[in-house]
Amino acid sequence: MTTHAITITVNGRKREATVPARMLLSDCLRHTLGLPGTHVGCEHGVCGACTVMMDGRTVRSCLTFAVQADGSQLTTIEGLANESQLHPIQEAFWEEHGLQCGFCTPGMLMAANELLSANPNPSDDEIREAISGNLCRCTGYTQIINAIRSAAAKLRAAVPTSAT
Amino acid sequence: MSSHLETNVLPPSRQRELPGQTRKWVGHSMKRVEDRRFLLGKGQYIDDHAVPNMAHAATVRSPHAHARIISIDTSKAKALPGVIGVYTGTDLATVVDPCPSFASPPVTQRAIAIDKVRHVGEVVVAIVAVDRYIAEDAADLVEVEYEVLPANVDIEATLEATGDSVIHPADREGNKAHDESFKFGPVDEDFARADHIVRRRLRWKRSGAQPIETCGCISDYSVVDGGYTIHCNTNFSNFIPFVIAGSLRISPTVLRMQPIATGGSFGSKVFIHKIVILTSGLSRLAGQPVKYIEDRLEHFTNSDSHGSDRLYDAELALAKDGTMLSLRFDVIDDYGAYLQFGVGTHGNAMSQVTGPYRIGSFGMRVRAALTNKCQQGPYRGFGAEVTNWVLERLVDAAAEELGMDMVGLRLQNMIQPDQFPYMIPTGNIYDSGNFQEVYKQAEALIGLAAWRKKAADLRAQGRCVGVGVATCQERSVYSPTEWWSLNNLAAPGFALSSTPEGISLRIDPVGKIFATLHSVFIGNSPETIVTQVLAEQFTVDPSDIVVSYSDTHSGFNGVGPQGSRFTAMITGACVSASYKIQTKLKRLAGHLLEAAEGDLELRDGAVTVKGTDRKISIGDVAMQASFFRLNFPDTPDFDSGLETTAVYDHPISTLPHPERKHLGVFYPMVGHICHIAVVEVDPDTGKVAILDYAAVHDNGTIMNPMTLEGQVLGGTANGIGSTLTEEFIYDDQGQFVNANFAEFAMSSAWEMPANLKIGHVETPSPYTEYGVKGGGEGGRLGAPSALSSAIDDALQRYGVKVEQIPVRPSTLRAMIRASGK
Repeated sequence: MTTHAITITVNGRKREATVPARMLLSDCLRHTLGLPGTHVGCEHGVCGACTVMMDGRTVRSCLTFAVQADGSQLTTIEGLANESQLHPIQEAFWEEHGLQCGFCTPGMLMAANELLSANPNPSDDEIREAISGNLCRCTGYTQIINAIRSAAAKLRAAVPTSAT
Repeated sequence: MSSHLETNVLPPSRQRELPGQTRKWVGHSMKRVEDRRFLLGKGQYIDDHAVPNMAHAATVRSPHAHARIISIDTSKAKALPGVIGVYTGTDLATVVDPCPSFASPPVTQRAIAIDKVRHVGEVVVAIVAVDRYIAEDAADLVEVEYEVLPANVDIEATLEATGDSVIHPADREGNKAHDESFKFGPVDEDFARADHIVRRRLRWKRSGAQPIETCGCISDYSVVDGGYTIHCNTNFSNFIPFVIAGSLRISPTVLRMQPIATGGSFGSKVFIHKIVILTSGLSRLAGQPVKYIEDRLEHFTNSDSHGSDRLYDAELALAKDGTMLSLRFDVIDDYGAYLQFGVGTHGNAMSQVTGPYRIGSFGMRVRAALTNKCQQGPYRGFGAEVTNWVLERLVDAAAEELGMDMVGLRLQNMIQPDQFPYMIPTGNIYDSGNFQEVYKQAEALIGLAAWRKKAADLRAQGRCVGVGVATCQERSVYSPTEWWSLNNLAAPGFALSSTPEGISLRIDPVGKIFATLHSVFIGNSPETIVTQVLAEQFTVDPSDIVVSYSDTHSGFNGVGPQGSRFTAMITGACVSASYKIQTKLKRLAGHLLEAAEGDLELRDGAVTVKGTDRKISIGDVAMQASFFRLNFPDTPDFDSGLETTAVYDHPISTLPHPERKHLGVFYPMVGHICHIAVVEVDPDTGKVAILDYAAVHDNGTIMNPMTLEGQVLGGTANGIGSTLTEEFIYDDQGQFVNANFAEFAMSSAWEMPANLKIGHVETPSPYTEYGVKGGGEGGRLGAPSALSSAIDDALQRYGVKVEQIPVRPSTLRAMIRASGK
């Protein structure tokens, strides 16, 4: 089977891989690049567990071929925290009990990150809309919505670290 | 109490940690100690694991509901580069035996079908290849010829099946796997003296848990000892590993099952033995480790975890003043093609079948129907969610027929706070409760009177707004007699009576506490609960405690998280283990402090002489206990180390009556829930919008308010889904037509009420440590009843009654249309 050499910047690190054209980005991340934090729930683009950021926008890595990500900038759950220092959205999920089994959590965090990057003060309905493509079977969503609302407040309150 | 219960004598309480004390950790919200690894994407779920030289499996699944396998041609698949092996059911049977069945008599199920397929999605061939992509390519190249047989789909018709329609002709003449009748108390007399009998035919259709993670396994056959090292996201690895070993034809000494965090279960991953047997057999045949992860379609069609699928003809007998006298029903349950756990889901429901009401007698006939569908497994409620709904539907119907208020009728019949422990006609007890207080809080929380008036006003304006109330029981902490107590007396099966939970505990030389659990994480909060209890017991900081999980070689007595038992049971084990270690701690500290052991207490992480400031830290005692043996007397009770194990047995249970006049005490920690829903139905589309919702739960002493709230919210979401949208739909040919997340409409963030109001009442259990009860299932045990009641109220104008669920929009729209109004 024909393979293709691709280069992807994942979480700030340049990664190279040789993949078949049909390999899903989710499989490439999980099994080729050793980043299993991106989860696979349905492989038909509904549950959202596999959501990653690609060039600043969320994509379903189970509906994206790895070759489509060639040359792109990806952020996965492994790149959200600063080493062991949780990102404010992760902190908020922890404090508000926004996760139970944790399986949908990476995708939820990616969806929340995209929302809060564009909208620092979302309404509850805007939060609901932002995560409506991510299924969670444990929480009933209420505590996830609370967590994202709390994360927004944390991020708004954060002092900018750079004047540029 | 009726005379049939006289032999059911309650043992005394074994509670040691009394409720109502001031506690530092128990009873307070605490961030979960589990969470950092999940937040960082380091959860180590089953598909995150790999072992060296691992191959990958894919399956060929039956496209037919019921068919004979005429021939299988695997030659093209075997010729595909990258394929390691292609295996039929006959091949697999050379190395493994059929799956365990807990039904009595058993129903034979194989991990790969032989000769015949019995439901869509059943595995016919499995391929092992160098990667999953090639394995799936090969699956497409397998050619199977079938002779299609009649599909049994209808829950009643299947009971009359003969000839080619019989699903297990070698085991049974027909498709009825179970037919037993029971009377608990004077049912006939109570019905004879009733002034009014309410009768309803009620249908609860199948859905399922569908956690976001599917089931999976990595199995590695060892030529060294003929055993297997197995990674699998089962919840049940340490309770009956020898049963798995039996199917693998090996000794448990060479079965090594690793504890794997589970990405959601809700009951559905309780045992999942078929996957272990399949993957292990493939590993042995292929001669290398094999990983098999279900895809979503496989999980829908073949995961053995479909929920209850029942038809009830139910009757409630009342006096003309509304006093409830007796309940009886005839129920058929469509279990699908196999019967892995027997009729345990009906045994479960017997724990609270008469609800919160003083109903003096109960009778039933229960039949298990086999059909050509995926078989049932546990799902949040384990069958009691259905009887809750059936009873509440009857109570609503009784209120209407008697011209009484639905709330008034409930309150009039409720067990009173001074009547606990209360024994119901089946023999189970409700340990404690204050149902009236729960209702009162829910009523206030939502503003019931105002909503009822507002709904009536809106209905007068032509809108379909309604209010529904449900007052239901939430049983917790089961004893396993529920699995077999309804079996035929002549063949009860393995009539076990233990559901223990164990813990291993050790204090290291610097005073850190290491706990090992014998049951896995499934999305509950086992590490947090254990940390809270141990911090309380040892008066230490939670950061001084670490929790890990045993494999099957080091594990013991772990029944695991199911039946809302884990928090209560592991808390008991923690208390037992803590007491044992504290006894030794005090013995050592007493020697070092030259004080009598009885004068010592634990305070702020130190063993302290009561009433003084003389103390020695736990760490200092542990250091002495680990490295300074000669500082102590030369007797065995001062031997080195601070470690122990403890097993906690079910706190209060009794056996069923030998002739089943009652079923004994088997699910006695019983919480109470009141859900009140306000809905608006769009009569043109059948869509139900939840305008307001209150859920008040009493789960005894609350260990961690934040995590309990998570369980209530999540369970309620499941209940909303089970009522309004979620259904596994099989057509009349037995095709599963919506086996994907796009068409199986699982609740999204939009389906949950925006302002769900949660309340709690705390009536401690007199039997468990600290008075805790389980709280993992209540939402799904209450929501269907409240929503059904509210929809009836909203659709008064059409005379539509919810007598089956789910009422998906298309279903409800059809009912409205059929009303002709």
